[in-house]
Amino acid sequence: MKLYFKYLSILLRSQMQYRTSFILLSIGQFFVPFSIFISMYLLFQRFDHIGGWNLYEVALCYAIIHIGFSVSECFARGFDAFPSYVVKGEFDRILVRPRSTVLQVLGARFEFSRIGRFSQSIIVMIYALINLSIEWDFIKIITLLFMILSGVIIFTGVYMLGATLSFWTIQGIEAINIVTDGGREMSQYPLTIYKDWVKKFFTFIIPFGTVNYLPLMYILDKTNGNDYFYMVIPLFGMLFIIPSLMIWKFGVKHYKSTGS
Amino acid sequence: MSAYISLFKMRLMQGLQYQVAAFAGVLTQFFWGFMYIMIYQAFYQSTTNVQPISLHQLIVVVWLQQSFLALIMLWFRDNEIISLILKGDIAYELCRPADLYGFWYSRLIAQRLSSALLRFVPILLVASLLPYPYRFSLPDNVITFLLFLITLFLGLIIVVAISMLIYISMFYTLSGVGSLLIFGVLGEFLSGLIIPVPLMPHSLKIIVYLLPFRYCSDLPFRIYAGNIGYHEAILSIFAQIFWIILLFLIGKLWIKKALKRVVIQGG
Repeated sequence: MKLYFKYLSILLRSQMQYRTSFILLSIGQFFVPFSIFISMYLLFQRFDHIGGWNLYEVALCYAIIHIGFSVSECFARGFDAFPSYVVKGEFDRILVRPRSTVLQVLGARFEFSRIGRFSQSIIVMIYALINLSIEWDFIKIITLLFMILSGVIIFTGVYMLGATLSFWTIQGIEAINIVTDGGREMSQYPLTIYKDWVKKFFTFIIPFGTVNYLPLMYILDKTNGNDYFYMVIPLFGMLFIIPSLMIWKFGVKHYKSTGS
Repeated sequence: MSAYISLFKMRLMQGLQYQVAAFAGVLTQFFWGFMYIMIYQAFYQSTTNVQPISLHQLIVVVWLQQSFLALIMLWFRDNEIISLILKGDIAYELCRPADLYGFWYSRLIAQRLSSALLRFVPILLVASLLPYPYRFSLPDNVITFLLFLITLFLGLIIVVAISMLIYISMFYTLSGVGSLLIFGVLGEFLSGLIIPVPLMPHSLKIIVYLLPFRYCSDLPFRIYAGNIGYHEAILSIFAQIFWIILLFLIGKLWIKKALKRVVIQGG
């Protein structure tokens, strides 16, 4: 853990060397998702609701998945950039060090400019929460925190899976973006609006539905069943990291260096 | 001129080699297409009001956007040109007995074409086999189709002319990524790729119609879908030609000015 923070501070200082570039990039990172939110807002000017959810409810859905995404993109970017390590044979260096591979890959890259996207999502969340009249209690707050944490963990898991894939092939690896970027875009709307197979895929296989849609039904009082069940759903989503880690370990075992 | 054409051919052939990347691209585009369609479908179900574009027309537009993405995206970036400017290899380019604007222009347009050629056939083919609400259909008649082809082609010329301006601006900023990102998002939004132009509120539509961005994707695709009539289509072709002349002029003058004070980045 100490080592992780060491990596963190080194990379923070190195990125701060190019301050203007960093600021511009952060602003860009702010506006990319913001334009999506604006279009969502404009669509709601024309249409009243989507699948029974109004603007503020969808905005909350949007904010939570984007917070999860931005945090994981900041801290787990190493896995996202991993294919290039394999191509250049740099993974060998990581293997010979007496520390865990996961820690080292995580520590190899942080994208602090994601603060732009993160702050954008926080603003949207505050906007949504002000306009929604939710009766907050302790359990709901805990659920909300779990949801965000679960988002971070699931995105990290997906990055890991994508990185693992690069042990076997690096061609066409951008198809993994369907799950990362695509999953993010999909789950910024409640999953209920999609076809059944899409809903099932993003609930049981890559569980983005457990990050915002299902627990939000509880927070927004849309359920008529067992509240506690919906409350612990984000925890189930977090379990996704376990098979991801196992597959990663399996991949590392089968790694053959490119040798250069 | 023949130098530009052979460069164009070379780049085109080179781009056509990347078939696996194209396959992954097709898959991704399919996914996005489906997603947008499902979202619009859900929105349309929530109201009985008649919208300025029918759901079926919108679906056709979505599929066209996905399959011709490489022709219409602003951020389709050429890292080689960026590094030429940033690392100083621009010096070699300046030694060539060719006009830099034309040289880069033909290179950029070839890249877009090769990328689009590999992608649009499979996407449209599969999309036209889908069951009803998702199906991509042929235009009503030949004239519509011809108008679509003409406006799409002129639109491509506009997109590349705009992206040339972005590259030229890098002579001044020397760090592309941030400004490219902001420019890209803005252009995407104003060309109706994030929210379709007909669904925008009125005041925003006025701004969009005054800028060149929508002439690259919104115009040809809505002509194809039958959302824009002949009369407006023909008037818009003149608008496209106007933008092409204007953007070429600005680009040529600007690159001349930029090259006068160009600093070769050493190393």
